[in-house]
Amino acid sequence: MNRFSYHRAGDIAEAAQMGAEPDTRFLAGGTNLVDLMKANVERPTRLVDISRLSQNTIEDLPEGGLRLGAFATNADTAYDERVEQRYPLLSSAILAGASPQLRNAATNGGNLNQRTRCYYFYDTETPCNKREPGSGCSAIGGVNRIHAILGTSEACIATHPSDMCVALAALEAEVRVQGPAGERVIAFADYHRLPGDEPWKDNTLQPGEIVTAIDLPADSFTENYTYLKLRDRLSYAFALVSVAVGLKMEGGKIAKARLALGGVAHKPWRVPAAEALLEGQEPSADLFAQAADAMLQGAVGQGTNDFKIELARRAIRRALRQAAAGTPQSQTNKQVA
Amino acid sequence: MDHITGSQEQAAGTELPGIPITLTINGRKRELSVAPWVTLLDLLRERLDLTGSKKGCDHGQCGACTVLVDGKRINSCLKLAVAYDGAEITTIEGLAQGETLHPLQQAFIDRDAFQCGYCTPGQICSGVGLMNEGRASTRDEVRELMSGNICRCGAYTNITDAVMDVLEKEGAK
Repeated sequence: MNRFSYHRAGDIAEAAQMGAEPDTRFLAGGTNLVDLMKANVERPTRLVDISRLSQNTIEDLPEGGLRLGAFATNADTAYDERVEQRYPLLSSAILAGASPQLRNAATNGGNLNQRTRCYYFYDTETPCNKREPGSGCSAIGGVNRIHAILGTSEACIATHPSDMCVALAALEAEVRVQGPAGERVIAFADYHRLPGDEPWKDNTLQPGEIVTAIDLPADSFTENYTYLKLRDRLSYAFALVSVAVGLKMEGGKIAKARLALGGVAHKPWRVPAAEALLEGQEPSADLFAQAADAMLQGAVGQGTNDFKIELARRAIRRALRQAAAGTPQSQTNKQVA
Repeated sequence: MDHITGSQEQAAGTELPGIPITLTINGRKRELSVAPWVTLLDLLRERLDLTGSKKGCDHGQCGACTVLVDGKRINSCLKLAVAYDGAEITTIEGLAQGETLHPLQQAFIDRDAFQCGYCTPGQICSGVGLMNEGRASTRDEVRELMSGNICRCGAYTNITDAVMDVLEKEGAK
């Protein structure tokens, strides 16, 4: 690890001012940043510790939604009674990720801002456009079992590794940020970005901007939802493919559908056309197959991850069936029903 | 607002470089001066001779470094010690009461829940954290919520037995 200075920020405004300076990084839970520093992928000259700031609570919003403080831990969020009861999809997705130790340290804001787990991004001996702009992408034509099948570019095929964010995408959360220029709210779909020709940018934050909260809308899915995560072992591994589904059922028909995929793109993957295709229809195997095809339109394998396209197709159909039946995937008993 | 600054310059040339912090470790209050890049695990092992917590992977992937901070289990390899100023840390060395082992330590012995023993301090601290959380009562739940601790000897079945023994005893109280 390189040498750096450490500052404990007194408030968000002070942190934002400091964070706008080059080679400064915000430290919250540290579970990803400290690891990246050990690997010399991140070499900040200054850390600004924001973990003790007051945005660490979970509060009801006046319109019926819920505000998740950016510095609340993933564990405190997943086990919050209101999250469990009103946003079980989110609770389930958080508990599908990482380990209890990591969830106790990792924060909600940090979950959004974690970096890809692409092996080449971590290996400073290999070219990587995300780590070193212009150096090339080692994953294209390399070992890319965990890489993206959707929304890739010629510069980068990395995925965003979060489970929590896949649920937040399906829930259409909003991200509240504060920076040197003040506060703003970003729709979840606009928070993360595709790699394009600037793969070093994971999200749309501006220099110095800090996530202060994640707002969940009042409208949620409490009966017909599921988070289905498929990975190389039953626990404590990143998703090869994951699916978050929220459905509103009315009179035997799907009144509202929200779907997001994890492990397949540089951001949680949503396709509004696939959701529209489901809405107003009665659940059926045919309908779910059509929706899966619509979700995966344009999917391209990269060699060692070709299997992900068919895996995702089947996972989407299975997850839709689970959600429609009101039998969400258990994160404890890993049998896929 | 407390505003703390530490830098390489400050650290250079001093025997105990860095930032002043206070940690209560296994019930004992320690005033320490720590460089900002020192992890909690390295502080425990290299400075305080608390070598029970193990450096397995040093990347938060194996759980051998698990300790309890204010009663919650975390990976001490991924935490900078300076960030924990004021915290209460419990390591494997702090679980026994004098000569009386913690019930989970005893259960690991009774159930033969280890072979080489390298992951054991982390497993036991993690198991204590699991009990503090109160989210596990079945074997499936214990297995899932102990999944952050890898055992290369494969003693998982007996580890689960040991945790279940203590959970059941606690539940019977």
